[in-house]
Amino acid sequence: MRNLVILGGGTGGTIAANRLRRRLARAAWNVTVVDQDDDHLYQPGLLLLPFGGYNAEDLIRPRRRYLSDDVDLVLADVDQVDADASQVRLHGGQMLDYDYLVIATGTSPRPDQTPGMLGDHWQRSIFDFYTLGGAEALRRRLATWTGGRLVVHVVEMPIKCPVAPLEFTFLADAYFAERELRDAVDITYVTPLDGAFTKPVAAGRLGGMLDDRGIALETDFIVDRVDGDRHMLVSMDEREVPYDLLVTVPLNMGADYIARSGLGDELNYVPVDKHTLQSKRHTNIFAIGDANDIPTSKAGSVTHFSVDTFVDNFVDHVHGRPMSRSFDGHANCFVESGRGNAMLIDFNYDTEPLPGKYPLPLLGPFTLLEESHLNHWGKLGFRWAYWNVLLPGHPMPVPTAMSMAGKQQGV
Amino acid sequence: MPVIELNGHQIHVDDEGFLTDFEEWDEDLAKVLAAAIDIDLTDEHWKIIRFLRADYASQGQTATTRRVQAVGGVPVKKQFELFPKKPGKKMAYVAGLPKPHGCV
Repeated sequence: MRNLVILGGGTGGTIAANRLRRRLARAAWNVTVVDQDDDHLYQPGLLLLPFGGYNAEDLIRPRRRYLSDDVDLVLADVDQVDADASQVRLHGGQMLDYDYLVIATGTSPRPDQTPGMLGDHWQRSIFDFYTLGGAEALRRRLATWTGGRLVVHVVEMPIKCPVAPLEFTFLADAYFAERELRDAVDITYVTPLDGAFTKPVAAGRLGGMLDDRGIALETDFIVDRVDGDRHMLVSMDEREVPYDLLVTVPLNMGADYIARSGLGDELNYVPVDKHTLQSKRHTNIFAIGDANDIPTSKAGSVTHFSVDTFVDNFVDHVHGRPMSRSFDGHANCFVESGRGNAMLIDFNYDTEPLPGKYPLPLLGPFTLLEESHLNHWGKLGFRWAYWNVLLPGHPMPVPTAMSMAGKQQGV
Repeated sequence: MPVIELNGHQIHVDDEGFLTDFEEWDEDLAKVLAAAIDIDLTDEHWKIIRFLRADYASQGQTATTRRVQAVGGVPVKKQFELFPKKPGKKMAYVAGLPKPHGCV
């Protein structure tokens, strides 16, 4: 028997396990998924939770239920991977031998990495919304907040779902307007980038949307520390941004066992070939989803599109054939903009987000880089598709590779 | 890709002026590039520039400010002092490397 071990039972690990299980002979292969718990969190829901959109129980389901019956699920923390011996050691000492290893343990916020962020002020005047506990604490704070200076802040790129802090900002604007508090709230968006977003056309549109909403933009801000007593964000070059309520996106890092195993870069991401997701150092290790270092967004859509090509390549590879497919960096993100609207962006390694229609030219039904109600309903409807179509590994009704059809060029 | 002439050096650059050919750079050119953004190169600057060049040669991409701190040994705060306001971009510009990935 050959052993495929998948570390992480989130979006990427679950889709990969289910699809590879169908492609690898049961008589010849064991497929094992390792995760620290049995709670599969629907992460896109964390954005809406602080505004009352969801409750915790709407967003968590058992991992086991979404894995094929003949995939083994081991609940344990990973201690270390010994790549030379092809073994995973779990906390408690249990060893798992593997022929092939797939690393799918994602990335997580690390508020401890910025001086002054954790401590007495954490979840009192400083919040994050990328964890269930953080999003719930923020909802309680927002419910009773009567106004002041709201600062939405990103520590450093890359972060998971890079549009989420902008979406949070748009949704906050709409939330306070609806509660007739908007005049009592100053909103500032603070980013390490030189604009609202990285890609020029999208950065222009998104920056304009901040302007339209009377939201200030502070760019090139590399945070040095949070001064919680003075309610001040302080940058490396000693600029200060005052806040009453700070909603920050802490530094994101891959799992610590990756560092302990010598498999990661400075942020614990596994260096891989950006077209095949194969480790640059070990031919029997792949890293999928947020856990790798490919130069595109860390987002569920990227995980989904890249796993499509990865599964075919993996099957080629284990049968001794050259890997036949190449991932193009395709990302597709709904951007909630408040008041029942959203826009959609679609891009890859070589093509920045452009306006147009998606997935069909002229017909859409979704509009790219432009707000619409239908985009918003697309985003809400995606939660059903996530559990029922995407995780089981069924085909989604959109193409894997990015297409130029429907996109306007030369804007 | 535009070709420009800078103090007798013929160089290929992108729309923002970053060199696009690793081989067209030398230390002489670095001084010209630094002067163009009002930086007078000291030993501390050179330490970073030489690290960036060597790291790019082995890694194939421009080191981030975090990597210059973690691997190159120069704290980010120091990078801000040496290359004010936008150290990531300015360091890459002077070292003749592509702009670091904005990270999407």
